[in-house]
Amino acid sequence: MRLTPEQVQKVAELARLQLSLDERERYAEQLSAVLGYFNMLNSLDTVNVSPTSHALMLKNVLREDQVRPSLSQQQVMSLAPELSGELVAIPRTFEG
Amino acid sequence: MKIYELNASEIHKGLRHKDFSAREVAQAHLYRIEQTDKDLKAFVTVTTEQALRAADAVDAKMSRGEELHPLSGIPVAVKDNMCTTGVKTTCSSKMLESFVPPYTATVVNKLEQAGAVVLGKTNLDEFAMGSSTENSAFFTTRNPYDLERVPGGSSGGSAVAVAAGQAVIALGSDTGGSIRQPAAFCGIVGVKPTYSLVSRYGLVAFASSLDQVGPFARTVSDAAWALEALAGHDPLDSTSVPNAPVDWSQPLDKGIRGLKVGVPREYFADGMEPAVVKSVREAIKVFECLGAEISEISLPHTSYALPTYYIIAPAEASSNLARFDGVRYGFRAEGATNQEELISLSRSQGFGPEVKRRIMLGTYALSNGYYDAYYGKAQKVRSLIKQDFDNAFSQVDIILSPTSPTTAFKVGARVNDPLSMYMADLCTFAVNLAGIPALSLNCGFVEGLPVGLQLMGKAFSEMMLLQAAFAYEQTVKLPQLPVFKGGLPNV
Amino acid sequence: MYETAIGMEVHLELCTRSKVFCGCSTNYGGAPNSQACPVCLGLPGSLPVLNKRAVEFAIKASLALNCEVAPETKFDRKNYFYPDLVKGYQISQYDKPIGRNGYIEFEVEGVTRRVGIRRVHLEEDTGKSFHDVAAERTYLDFNRSGVPLIEIVTEPDIRSSAEAKSYLEALREIMEYIEVSDCRIEEGSMRCEANISIRPTGSSDYGILNEIKNIGSLRGVQRALEYEIKRQTELVSSGGIVLRQTRRWNESELKTEVMRTKEEAHDYRYFPEPDLVQLVIDNSWLNKCRSEIPELPRARRERYVRELGITPYDAEELVADRALAQYFEGVARLGTEPKLAANWLLSDLRRELNQASLAIEQVKLREAGFSELMVLVSSGAIGSKTAKDILGELVHSGVSPAAYVKEKGLAQLSDTSEIEKFVEQAIADSPKIVADYRVGKERALTALVGVVMKLSRGKAKPELVNDLLTQKLNKGRL
Ligand SMILES: [Mg+2]
Ligand SMILES: [Zn+2]
Repeated sequence: MRLTPEQVQKVAELARLQLSLDERERYAEQLSAVLGYFNMLNSLDTVNVSPTSHALMLKNVLREDQVRPSLSQQQVMSLAPELSGELVAIPRTFEG
Repeated sequence: MKIYELNASEIHKGLRHKDFSAREVAQAHLYRIEQTDKDLKAFVTVTTEQALRAADAVDAKMSRGEELHPLSGIPVAVKDNMCTTGVKTTCSSKMLESFVPPYTATVVNKLEQAGAVVLGKTNLDEFAMGSSTENSAFFTTRNPYDLERVPGGSSGGSAVAVAAGQAVIALGSDTGGSIRQPAAFCGIVGVKPTYSLVSRYGLVAFASSLDQVGPFARTVSDAAWALEALAGHDPLDSTSVPNAPVDWSQPLDKGIRGLKVGVPREYFADGMEPAVVKSVREAIKVFECLGAEISEISLPHTSYALPTYYIIAPAEASSNLARFDGVRYGFRAEGATNQEELISLSRSQGFGPEVKRRIMLGTYALSNGYYDAYYGKAQKVRSLIKQDFDNAFSQVDIILSPTSPTTAFKVGARVNDPLSMYMADLCTFAVNLAGIPALSLNCGFVEGLPVGLQLMGKAFSEMMLLQAAFAYEQTVKLPQLPVFKGGLPNV
Repeated sequence: MYETAIGMEVHLELCTRSKVFCGCSTNYGGAPNSQACPVCLGLPGSLPVLNKRAVEFAIKASLALNCEVAPETKFDRKNYFYPDLVKGYQISQYDKPIGRNGYIEFEVEGVTRRVGIRRVHLEEDTGKSFHDVAAERTYLDFNRSGVPLIEIVTEPDIRSSAEAKSYLEALREIMEYIEVSDCRIEEGSMRCEANISIRPTGSSDYGILNEIKNIGSLRGVQRALEYEIKRQTELVSSGGIVLRQTRRWNESELKTEVMRTKEEAHDYRYFPEPDLVQLVIDNSWLNKCRSEIPELPRARRERYVRELGITPYDAEELVADRALAQYFEGVARLGTEPKLAANWLLSDLRRELNQASLAIEQVKLREAGFSELMVLVSSGAIGSKTAKDILGELVHSGVSPAAYVKEKGLAQLSDTSEIEKFVEQAIADSPKIVADYRVGKERALTALVGVVMKLSRGKAKPELVNDLLTQKLNKGRL
């Protein structure tokens, strides 16, 4: 599987990363090498194998519906790079 | 003997005998950091004041005649991907360079509850993605055995802190070998616990289904104390097991007579440095002399662990790292005129090249049309790898292998070749995929560089691994602290 | 001719106390960013822990919509970037929703319609953004981030905008009834999106789907769909082609407009949420949830009409408010004639409630008291005017109506000799009205009854007053 710089660009857009033309080329090459290595998985027959998304077989881990203290508004606000009053501010959003 | 050379059980004894105070212990280690960290660069943040305050609290407790936990007054270092209230938690990334969390990771809480003295936060590969600590956005941590070499990674800072006597115990996180491989490169003990034994709450996630926090120490006994303190159910982590069947009351010196040890042929194959293989073979002979029954076994899907890991981990990472968008906390790029731009500029400027590489790899593996071929396939192969271990552990108690195919490599040697860098964790991926515990300990030196021996066991067999490692350690008695090359003062 | 196929996608905020994956409060009206914690802010290192009640609400909603409930399910991550989505992914359910293959039935113009429910799944809400166009800034509040939502998706079985509106009303009624959501569309706890396509009547292929988002009211749903049906029909019948688009309802200009085209469609990269474990819903849990579901509105209305003899209109009115219906049933169970109780509840009691802006649950006059009042009225012990006059007092005080009537001496006068005195006085005091009566103005009698009632301070039994007045006046004429 070879990735073209154009495909790299599409993936980068999905991941919200901006790449220079240079980076696109370099990543295309590096990712192709890694993906090529992945092809060895295709030699394995996994038709009757069920997937493991977790090595752990816990089930029904639930909490009771109880209210616990939140962070203070001050703590939340102090994390934000930009504020407006009690709200976190960002440049304008187009879609609404 | 200098204070920084003592291990935790010696310090515990010294504190109880009033040979020294906790404050003196903390000061000795802080001084050691001051003396050596210009060269080693293990720490991102040193929390001198908090450390001394914590040490004073231990001294006060002692003067009231209260019982001391074995970790009380023990200087520890914490990998900088675990949240600490009021102390920067950077993940060695520009993205979180000035991020101060409003909460503390459960593991750090547990150590603090036990009275451990946190000295600071240690360097890592950015967001724990790497095998050499060269991917830190700030600086590269150096191997105390040879400053020209890497300490391994991603928990390189923590491994070095312990290896160089800056801290007695340190926390690392292990997603594909990030505790064991640097432990091997730095000649110390590193434990990757069974998935779900130690809480992940407050550990900045890399790959959620693989990540596990564990301790570094210079002795098996110290590692055992630390692990016991870290383990246990956490209601804040849904993947934390409620009643782990680990019997902490068992003695470490139980001996290994009759222990069935498996040696998987796939871990001694091509690509392993012959001198490393030789050291590990010699260690296996020691186990045999101590009464273990050695047999060769096969883990047939071993070679598939690397591609499987490099699909699953980046896929989860691509999602885990999506929260870093410059909106609510952390780095925000300047000059964005709309939200789309704000997010993509902040991410492009905030993440380093390896993080971007893995985000893209993971995004690709999950994207429309590729999910089945990559992520779906990897989840199935993961089942086969797990099956290998299940089969093996029906015949043997523990499995021995090298921790890494090589000893510590030179700084810069692999940075431009991701695939060769990924090979550095060849022996450690499978353990994370299967969720089982493993530890690495020093089994000798090749040209002055430590070699790591990996012990793997079935889920929740931590005590057995520690007992086996302890038996080996007590028999071979390797030196615990390096004689520094490169003129570090041995103060 | 064209026919329309509409599928609806509704998001409901569940009324749990705490959020779905953390302990923050779900209350409305808190100061911005004061109900948030590491988990619902998506701070690095935080992890979700599932709220049991949220799961139970999703199960109940699925059962009430006749869905099969998944015996085994899980959560998945839906990955997309948006400033109000704190983790860069939403924890949702992809291939194993809690409920699937259900249906809902409701009446449209007297005809029963059945709409298939494709799926019901549990997920988390996002924060809220406010756009300041002048300042070119968007402001964010994360109090709603992590509030549990269920998403309910129908089959494309809806055929008109009126049906869409009826579907939403029926859905809202059920969800309010089982108390999983307060379904306030204007406040955002109920959000609707529609998929719409048209096809030539009789054709079996659906046309190109268009999604419509941003509909802020029930009327908006109807209008947006009407607009869209018209737009698509005109487009197709003039030889045009419907493009696959996501459109937005513009409430102020009353039209839909393009948000994005298919080419820009999202790639959500769903995968199983590794921070949560499998969810197994066994029979005993399912049965427990089932046992907590009350009789649903449609069944209840039918029973009121069939068994209690209530008019369909009154049944509708009673059932529309679950608490009122509950109250009504309590009163009826105590032996009060259901029709009488329904009349009083829907007119007089409801008026009192509105005036005092009280919910039925807050009223001090409980079912037993109300029943007692009905007995006083139907036995003639007090007049209905008296009953109406004292209702306001009873609603607030909670004293027994019988005791109150006794204490205040409000019992109706049925002693003829007592009433006769008032009648005579009234005739003596009102010569003009009497004169009117004499010349045949029938309304004068009513006026005289009023005078007597006033003199007796409302206690005289009106029928007796009427009889006596007629007797006296007619006697005089002889
Ligand atoms: Mg949804
Ligand atoms: Zn919260």
